[in-house]
Amino acid sequence: MDETVRSESGIPLNSSYGPADLPGAESIPPPGVFPFTRGNFPDGYRGRPWTIRQYSGFGTAEESNERYRYLLEQGATGLSVAFDLPSQCGYDSDDPDVEEEVGRVGVAIDPLADFELLFDRIPLDAISTSMTINGTAAIMLAFYVAVGEKQGVERAKLRGTIQNDILKEYVSRGTWIWPPRPSLRLIADTIEFCADDVPRFNAISVAGAHFRDAGASAAQEMAFTLMDGVTYCEEVIGRGRMTIDQFAPQVSFFFYTHGDFFEEIAKYRAGRRRWARIVRERFGAQDDRSCMFRVGCVSGGASLHGPQPHNNIVRVAYEAMASVLGGVQSMFTAAWDEPFAIPTEESATLALRTQQILAYETGVARVVDPLGGSYYVEALTDAMEERVVEIMEDLERHGGMVKAIEDGVLQRLISEQAFGVDRAVRSGERTIVGVNKFETDESPPKTEGYELDEKGRIRQLERLAEVKRTRSAADVKATLGALSTAAAKDGENLMPHLVECARAYCTVGEMVDVLKDQWGEFQQPVVF
Amino acid sequence: MAIRVLVAKPGLDGHDRGVKLVARSLRDAGFEVIYLGIRQRPESIAAVAVQEDVQIVGLSILSGAHVALTRKTADALRAAGAEDAVLVVGGTIRQRDVARLEEAGAAAVYPTGTPLESVVESLRALSGAVQTSS
Repeated sequence: MDETVRSESGIPLNSSYGPADLPGAESIPPPGVFPFTRGNFPDGYRGRPWTIRQYSGFGTAEESNERYRYLLEQGATGLSVAFDLPSQCGYDSDDPDVEEEVGRVGVAIDPLADFELLFDRIPLDAISTSMTINGTAAIMLAFYVAVGEKQGVERAKLRGTIQNDILKEYVSRGTWIWPPRPSLRLIADTIEFCADDVPRFNAISVAGAHFRDAGASAAQEMAFTLMDGVTYCEEVIGRGRMTIDQFAPQVSFFFYTHGDFFEEIAKYRAGRRRWARIVRERFGAQDDRSCMFRVGCVSGGASLHGPQPHNNIVRVAYEAMASVLGGVQSMFTAAWDEPFAIPTEESATLALRTQQILAYETGVARVVDPLGGSYYVEALTDAMEERVVEIMEDLERHGGMVKAIEDGVLQRLISEQAFGVDRAVRSGERTIVGVNKFETDESPPKTEGYELDEKGRIRQLERLAEVKRTRSAADVKATLGALSTAAAKDGENLMPHLVECARAYCTVGEMVDVLKDQWGEFQQPVVF
Repeated sequence: MAIRVLVAKPGLDGHDRGVKLVARSLRDAGFEVIYLGIRQRPESIAAVAVQEDVQIVGLSILSGAHVALTRKTADALRAAGAEDAVLVVGGTIRQRDVARLEEAGAAAVYPTGTPLESVVESLRALSGAVQTSS
């Protein structure tokens, strides 16, 4: 039997580390210097603390608007929008196939009128808006620009982020619509459109978090995410209009932090170094800002468990600390009851306090990269980078990320890893406190949970019907027709057409259907 | 003969880590497993259930829309003439919804955290009951 002690990603670990493990110690540049292993900025969190960004969203545009205005009154400067699944997958609320999903996991958006309501009395030149949206990201960006126009806010002043990372949707999150190749075109369109017209808006947040929660190891999560980043950059550069330095500063990343403390720290350090090298060496970046790996993260997710649920408070606290020692720019901490319920106000507040205690009491943010130079952490960072490079090379050999997804290769790698972890937990090889060790016969906590308000859905349907009755049918036909024509051939940026459709009050579903007619739908390879 | 099971995710929820673990555990336990993937329409699930002549149809739903989707799938199975197939449901399901799911047509409910071994045993028992009754 293999007695080697390994990290969660399978990296073999010595019982201690020393100078021999650190041959290049003198050559590790300080924070703020390429390749940014020790951080993007010389003064770390002193210059700019990490952003505490808690994700939430629910119900109708009116309800969300009320919550947003409350948050802004309380001093928030940014909003985070969660969309319902029909809006994410490109169906209108009046589609009978999706009626039970309307307004359930986020806000329902059909035509521009819903966005007007969502941002009513919220000045878009004074706040930034993060939208967790992928398949229909280009359409929501068009809506945002159009609402800005209605408020008299010029495009150059709009700030925010759309997730807009479709590749991981095919593998793990599942809100795909069209096949990968036309989807990549649309993403490149949004990146060019933002670089040209909406310079303070981040066109993409490449998200590995969902690979991780689907079962990938830390090393796989980083490798797959960097491969996705490479794929998007290649798509934009391949069109010949822009150099890497014109758009790379608008690209950011998003990960899960799970429980293997030092490996998570090493993951972020290795990711920063690897991305910096890719951007400079592979894409020829001249500007160091292009090479910076901007990272947001979630602590929680699949690392949390149902039995003895209060243990999750402790797990999230350790994970949050690892994230900060790893140097992330923003963080969402999950609530302890998330494995089985929509968090209560109390549990959500506790999750927020976890970050505040970390930021204001523990002192871990006083000094940049406090673990830099640790024999162990530097050796683990090197080992993590090596492993990430190996995984990336395997995928390159297979023909790149799109092919690996179309062939189901990535899906299989993740399923294998998830199954391996599950087996290790069942056999007791991997310990989870309260789950396979120190168990108690505690029954699961009684939770009230959130009940969907049926009235919200009815109001949504009434509003949609009203818009369809009052908008100009001729404008709808003309703008959808122009979108269809532009989508049928390569070369034209679709964003201006989507903005025209938005102004004409075309719905999300109508725009998506026009593009489905041209591009078809993704056929999922089923692998388990 | 191996027990034939159809596993699918109806609705738009894409969280498939759990359903894949269940599908794989059933296969390892000797079941014949057909996994359809995510975002399946109840009508398509019913059509495949008939075509493949399965004894069990398993749904996995983590979006909270489990009651409506279970009812729709039960209706679709009946409409397709597959009412003999045993319908079971797993996912993020609160205790108080278990009765509502049973009423909607589920023969068994496996909330998050149910050990895989119990799912396998339960399905064996349910399929045995089907065979002896028919």
